Parts: sequence; C-alpha cells; structure tokens
Amino acid sequence: AAAGGAERYFRRWYKADVKGRPCEDFCVLQHSNRRVGLRGGSAQICVITLAEAHPLLQSGKTITSVNYQISANCSRLQNKVSGKSKRGAQFLTELAPLCRISSSDGEEYTIYSCIRGRLIEVNENILSNPAILQEKPSTEGYIAVVLPKFEESKSITQGLLTQEEYEEVLSKRLNSS
Amino acid sequence: MSSLTEKDRPIVQLLLNTGTCPRCILRFCCVGSQTLYRHPHKELVKDLKELVRNKQEKEDTVCFDIVDPPCKRSRLGCTEEGPDDLKHNGVLQQSPLVNDEDTAVENCPVKPCSICLGILQEFCEADFVKKVCQKVLSADYQFTSFVLSVSLPPQLSVREHAAWLLVKQEMGKLGLSLAKDDIVQLKEAYKWIIHPQLSEELGVPADGKSLFEVSMVFAHPETDKECHFLATACPDCFKPAKNKQSVFTRMAVIKALEKIKEEDFLLHFPCPPSPPENLCVALEIQCNNGAVFVAGRYNKYSRNLPQTPWIIDGERKLESSVEELISEHLVAEFKADSFNFSSSGREDVDVRTLGSGRPFAVELVNPHRIHFTAEEMKGLQQTINNSSDKIQVRDLQLVTREAIGRMKEGEEEKTKTYSALIWTDKAIQREDIAFLDDIQELKLDQKTPLRVLHRRPLAVRCRIIHTMKSEYIDEHHFRLHLKTQAGTYIKEFVHGDFGRTKPNIGSLLNRTADILELDVESVDVDWPPAL
Repeated sequence: AAAGGAERYFRRWYKADVKGRPCEDFCVLQHSNRRVGLRGGSAQICVITLAEAHPLLQSGKTITSVNYQISANCSRLQNKVSGKSKRGAQFLTELAPLCRISSSDGEEYTIYSCIRGRLIEVNENILSNPAILQEKPSTEGYIAVVLPKFEESKSITQGLLTQEEYEEVLSKRLNSS
Repeated sequence: MSSLTEKDRPIVQLLLNTGTCPRCILRFCCVGSQTLYRHPHKELVKDLKELVRNKQEKEDTVCFDIVDPPCKRSRLGCTEEGPDDLKHNGVLQQSPLVNDEDTAVENCPVKPCSICLGILQEFCEADFVKKVCQKVLSADYQFTSFVLSVSLPPQLSVREHAAWLLVKQEMGKLGLSLAKDDIVQLKEAYKWIIHPQLSEELGVPADGKSLFEVSMVFAHPETDKECHFLATACPDCFKPAKNKQSVFTRMAVIKALEKIKEEDFLLHFPCPPSPPENLCVALEIQCNNGAVFVAGRYNKYSRNLPQTPWIIDGERKLESSVEELISEHLVAEFKADSFNFSSSGREDVDVRTLGSGRPFAVELVNPHRIHFTAEEMKGLQQTINNSSDKIQVRDLQLVTREAIGRMKEGEEEKTKTYSALIWTDKAIQREDIAFLDDIQELKLDQKTPLRVLHRRPLAVRCRIIHTMKSEYIDEHHFRLHLKTQAGTYIKEFVHGDFGRTKPNIGSLLNRTADILELDVESVDVDWPPAL
C-alpha cells in the first residue's frame, strides 16, 4: 500500500556514509513539479530526510536533543525567505550542516544538506517532538526543505545515488560484514 | 462667414501668406462654428480671400491666390482682380501647372498646409472618407456606433506652436492676446469635419464611448526630424527609447513645448513654419472592437484534464484543457483574435467538478461579431457541450466587464464543498470516524504545500473546515464530504503534507491517511445568474 499521499510525487536520491562516517546515510526527496527559470534551468523542491540505515533510526536509540544552532553566528531557525524566489534564504552547499542531533548514548550526529540550494525551512516539529524523526523519518520527521538554483538544476543530483545505486551500496555493506 | 470679422483680417492675411490652409486659419481665429469647417475647401479659400480683399481694395495691393491657377479661375468665373503674377510679401505663391495627367483641370494640386500638413485638407475629402469606409466595411465587424482615434505626427505640435507664436506676435501689435488654449485643436476640428461623413457612409453615429474603434495613424516622414532640437533644449523631457521606438513621442514633445522658452524655440525653428513638399500619409487604418465577456459555469468530468494548457519545453504533456475546450468555440463564433479565460478558483488536473459547476468568464478580444440573441447563446452552449464529454457548461450568457469582479469575489470569500475518497494505513471501524461529523469550524494551519512551494511564497494559511460528513466504506476506506473556506488545500488536509498542515485527517484519526479521489461538489457563488 502507498506509504501515504504526501510522498507520491517524490523521487528518492541518496547520499551514503557522509563525511566518511559509516551508515550515516541521507535520502533526498525530489518533487516532480518544476519551476522553469526565465534564463533556462529549473527548480524542484527537495526534502532532506534520514535514510533507513542511519544510526539514529536503529532500535535502541533515544534522541535527547535537536539543535539548529550550527555555529555561533548561524541558526537555521532564523532562516527567513520571502517571495516566490525565496530571497533571503541561507545558501547551502552539499556539506553544510543543517542540525546536530544528540542521543542518550552520548553520540552526536550532524545532518548535512547533501545538495546545493536555498534553505526554505527546517522542521520545527522535531524540536518539540524528536520521536517523530524516528517514527516517520520519510514524512513528518523530515529535516529540511531546500530549493536548488535554476542554473544548477542539471548538476543537482550529480553527487547523489539513485535508488538502485543505493541498494547496491547496502548489499555491499551486508556482504562485507 | 459670420464667425470671422474685420478684426480677424490681419491674422487671416498673415496666415494666408504663410501657406496655411483655410481651416487652420479658422482655428487660429478661434472660430467655434463646426459647420463652417465643413464647407468645401475651395469655398473657404475663396471666402477668406474675399475677406482680405475687402480691406485690400482700399489699398493698392494685389489680391493673391494660393490655389486657383489661371485655368481654374476662368472656369469658375472668379472675379478676382489683379495681375496673374502671384506675389506677395516676397513669398512666391504660384501654383505649379498641372503636371499630373490624371488630375482633372478642376483639381489642381493644393499645396499642403504648413501647419496641419494636409490633415484638414486632403484628409477631409470624400475620397479619403470612402477609402476609410471601404477598409472598415471590408474588415467585417458588427458595430452600432464608432469612435475615431486619430494619431498625428508629433511635429504637428511643433508647427502649431510656431504658428501660435507668429499669430500671438501679430495680435500683440493690435493690443490683443491669444492663449494657446483659445485656438481650436486640430484633432477637434478634424473630427467636426470627418465624423458626419463617416457616420453617413457607415450608417452609424460617432460616439465617444463606442466599443468599436477606428484608428487612423498619420505620418510625415519628411519632417520627422523637426522635433529633434527639443531634445537638446529640454533633455529631461525625453526618456531613453523603450523597445526601439522613437523617443519623440507626442506626449514628450508637447511637454517640451510647454517648457521651452520662446526665444530658444525661435532660435531653432522657423517661424512661420516652412511649407512642406508633401502631404501627410495615412498609414494603415485599423479597426478594433472592445472585448465582450461570456460567462457561465462549467462541470469537469475528467481526471486527466488541466485547467490551462500543460506545456513543458514546448511539448504538450496532456491533451487539451478546460479553458481551450470552452473557449475555442466562443472564439470561432465571435470571430475574436484571442481569449482570456478566468474562473472562480480552479481544481487540479485529477479533480472533477460536479454539482452546478464552477463560475467562469471568457474575455473575447477584438470580436468581429458581438450581437447574439439568448437563443443563439443557448445554441452556442449546446455546441460546446456536444463537442466534449470532459466538460459541460451551463448558464452561458453575455456579461459586462464589471461582472467579473463578482466572480473573483467568490474565489476568495465563498465556501466550497468537496467529496474525498480517503485511504488509511491502519484499519478503521465506523466508530473511529463518526466523531468527524460532529466537528464544526475546525481551524487549520496550512503551510504552502510542498507541491506548489517551487512557485509560491512560503506562508502559513489559516483556513476553516466548516463541517464534515463521513461515509464508511471498509476498514481502509471512507468517503468524506467537507464544506470549507475558500482557499483550503483539501489534499493536504487529508495526507498532512509532511505534517505541514495541522491538524489533518491523519493526526485526527491517529493513522496515516491518503487521498485517492477528490471531487468538487459545489462552488457556493451565486453568479452568473442561473438561466
């Protein structure tokens, strides 16, 4: 059965072992609706989520804090966008941190953007209810919404793995363990 | 000429000397009698000369003769006295002998007026009127009146200004003043002369409020550069050219003329204005009918039909659209150039519109045909309905432009009712959904849905679900009827849009919900009037 109508029009892309940290995988949901730029290129809304294999989603992990203040000068909560073109947004590169999440066993995980683009919003629901990140990581537990620039539409998924490619990565992991 | 008196003589004489046509002379003498302008050109010339001659008879000067060469004079039995060498004030006024074999002896070429460049001459004649009417009639429009729009080359304002300075100076010598506003406007005089003629030929009256516009554009390339000196004298009046059009627009030139000092003007422009070689030319005569509006309500029965054509990268993704299926026939019947379709809100590609349908209006641009009886509109409605089973229309009728406002009101203010087919992941029993029927005025906070966030600003909308009624189907399905505030995103209310619409059906039922089908049951706007 469909997991829910909200995800019907998204295509899943993956980034695995980000920053060399084993199994810290992310899933980028790319919506099918495109906005075409006047000077070429297009923009599709992307939702940054944790992939199933991420340590935070394994059983036994309890989240103790979610922090969008990623540096002294930068809090993702202060991101403000205006207008159709989302002016004023914090610009993200692939390895820009979105938030830091701590678990009860003392571990700290950084969630990365995985794609270049404008930060539209971060999910404030996981601040008040961190459990939802683990219960519904692919929908209500999303981390952030990002909108790539028109000019970069062609390259946006270059650094990402398709569903098939990611499944190969997963099976390689299984075989090597 | 009852409107011209003795005191006008010096001005008439001055203007006759400077190659001014009789009607422009009347204008500068502030003659307000419309009928006088309609007198034939030849007659006016004769009368003006007579006025001048009556004074000159006392003096020992020649009566001069701008337009009547010797041949014509003898034919008409003109009683002018004086020798044939037509000289006055050093300005040679001799008409060229006829060198155009086609022209009858009677119609020797008239020299173009140095002020109106022929507008109040050639372009008042029956020949021109005939040409215009031929164009209008062959364009095949339905109309009950007309409004004439005349576009004159900007240099006419410059010449007018020069002539005014000349006349003002002359009147100053007599202790009289002449404000520029006192002079009869060229366009106004032109319309006095041409309206009755056009009216007669076309069989309809001239009416400033008419929707049918006949536009004439005149040009005089020979003198186009005459305005250029104004750019150096008043540079701030002339903004850089947009779209490669000339920077010397009529408005800009008029503004500059208001600003420029008399001395500066006279430095750069001959006063009196120099007589031109050629007449103006009339560029394309164009006709345009004001838009008509057709309104109605449409039903949509397809789950695969977009509102507007869906084209990506030049490729059409889905066949046809609501607006095309409705408007194509209207454009054909009204013989319009194009259409603009609008409706009181709209639905997604995969959503049906049932019940009495959604109000819409089609603006038909430049329709050639505008008169339709109620019967004919009914027939048109039937044609549209016969042509497609994807949409149906009702209450098709002509409406005014103002009426469109009522429709758009509906979009923002009026309620809509929907029917949604909902799926749940976890099983439900009747009791689990019964409570929905009791919820009234449920407040939602809806962030801009992810599916439109690429093209809409990020915002939170507060919307109200007025009432709900559930219909249990099975453990994973039920139908929900809702009555909501305008602008509510129904799909997002059902599936929650990643938790960005709160509350949602999922959160209310503590399950994951999806919307399988959505129908619009009613759009609660009571416009257009039901037929």
